Amino acid sequence: MTTDWDVTALLEGMARDLRPLIHPERVAMIGIFTGGVWLARALHAALGLQQPLGRVDISFYRDDFSQIGLHPQVRASDIPFDVDGRDIILVDDVLYTGRTVRAAMNEIFDYGRPARILLAVLVDRGGHELPVAADVAALRLIATAGEHVKLRGPDPLRLELEQREPQP
Amino acid sequence: MSATLRFGEGNLQYDAQGRLRHLLSTEGLRERELLQILDTAESFLSIANRSVKKTPTLRGRTIANLFFENSTRTRSTFELAAKRLSADVLNIAVSTSSASKGESLTDMIDNLMAMQVDGFVIRHPEAGAAHLVARHLGDSALVVNAGDGQHAHPTQALLDVFTIRRLGGPIEDRVVAIVGDVFHSRVARSQIHALSVLGCPEIRVIGPRTLVPEELSALGVHVYHDLQAGLRGVDVICALRLQRERMESHRLPSLDEFHRRFGLTPERLQWAEPGALVLHPGPMNRGVEIASEVADGAQAVILQQVAHGLAVRMAVLAILAGAAGGV
Repeated sequence: MTTDWDVTALLEGMARDLRPLIHPERVAMIGIFTGGVWLARALHAALGLQQPLGRVDISFYRDDFSQIGLHPQVRASDIPFDVDGRDIILVDDVLYTGRTVRAAMNEIFDYGRPARILLAVLVDRGGHELPVAADVAALRLIATAGEHVKLRGPDPLRLELEQREPQP
Repeated sequence: MSATLRFGEGNLQYDAQGRLRHLLSTEGLRERELLQILDTAESFLSIANRSVKKTPTLRGRTIANLFFENSTRTRSTFELAAKRLSADVLNIAVSTSSASKGESLTDMIDNLMAMQVDGFVIRHPEAGAAHLVARHLGDSALVVNAGDGQHAHPTQALLDVFTIRRLGGPIEDRVVAIVGDVFHSRVARSQIHALSVLGCPEIRVIGPRTLVPEELSALGVHVYHDLQAGLRGVDVICALRLQRERMESHRLPSLDEFHRRFGLTPERLQWAEPGALVLHPGPMNRGVEIASEVADGAQAVILQQVAHGLAVRMAVLAILAGAAGGV
């Protein structure tokens, strides 16, 4: 079911919260496919960042590869700037277990050694399984394991909340 | 020559859930998996430009390369592909193995399985060797055919279609000609199947009657025995390596004679579409099937094929290992 959260307003809130934390000339942004890239495009423009936007697909870095195999559709990661010594804003749609963020950080470190990584998410839904926290989250929820929060897009962007049987 | 070779019933390449478990030939490969391999390879291609050219995807897995036939390019790109996926790699060349002591292929596989090997890349002079191993192993380990006799060489065909798609445009509207010793070529056979699955509208085979028999049209290809007629309107030329050992079977009067009639020279390249791509699986016989000016010229994409081969083999290993579901 589509929620009535206004994603555009939530994005404005994210940009507002990020501004005091960054220096637009020095910072670069990386979105995690797919939802994170949609949000990152909007944030990148709103913050007036000078470095081109980076995108990562974490399929090759997932920690559950041996259980579920390779995602049938892997997109090419592209980080078009030098990562070494850089401040990076990592953008994703939903922070849940923290495993995606861990995989993305592992991938980013294969490009170089950033000075700092900030995590910006649209929704922090709780249920973290790793010590990963968002520096900026537009929405903080306490969702149960049966609830599924998903960003649909790219045009328009909308948040969906679904009830599903909890994974065994 | 029969158009297809069968090694037992069913399509061994897919498991009971319909997942690609082994890559044995491009024949019988569904379009969905073929495209998945090509798309995944696009993603692996960009990894070569990073400071760390590795992903953790196959960390803790072991891949054995079993090469019963000489190969530099294929063996080293498979080795590098597995290493860039963080797998451990065991290279076994026949001259140093117990095969020369008379150990059977399946005995060798069983011994390697006792060492917890997760996958095998096999090149063998006998057609069907990789199928034999896949049948023996079932779902317990993955098998990639890296060339079996005159039968199939699927990863070569995949890297060729990847190269055409990437540098030559959509395969659905390219005219592709395969030139040379099609009759003995596992590469040509695999290319024809891969191009057909991807909807190539016209596949031509060009060469002397002894090496390009009319029966090949059973594979849905157009047969030409005249290079000039065959190259007219062609967007992509896949040269084949002329196997010097075929001379012994008296199918060719001489290498010079072949070059005079079918060798790719700069002048003859003009017969094809302007800017037509020239592919060659290597190793090349310069001055036989291809002139040096063409091999080193602007239309040749032979070294790109090698780089693409690495990405395609990474994609194949990652997809097959992923289907293992925890093996």
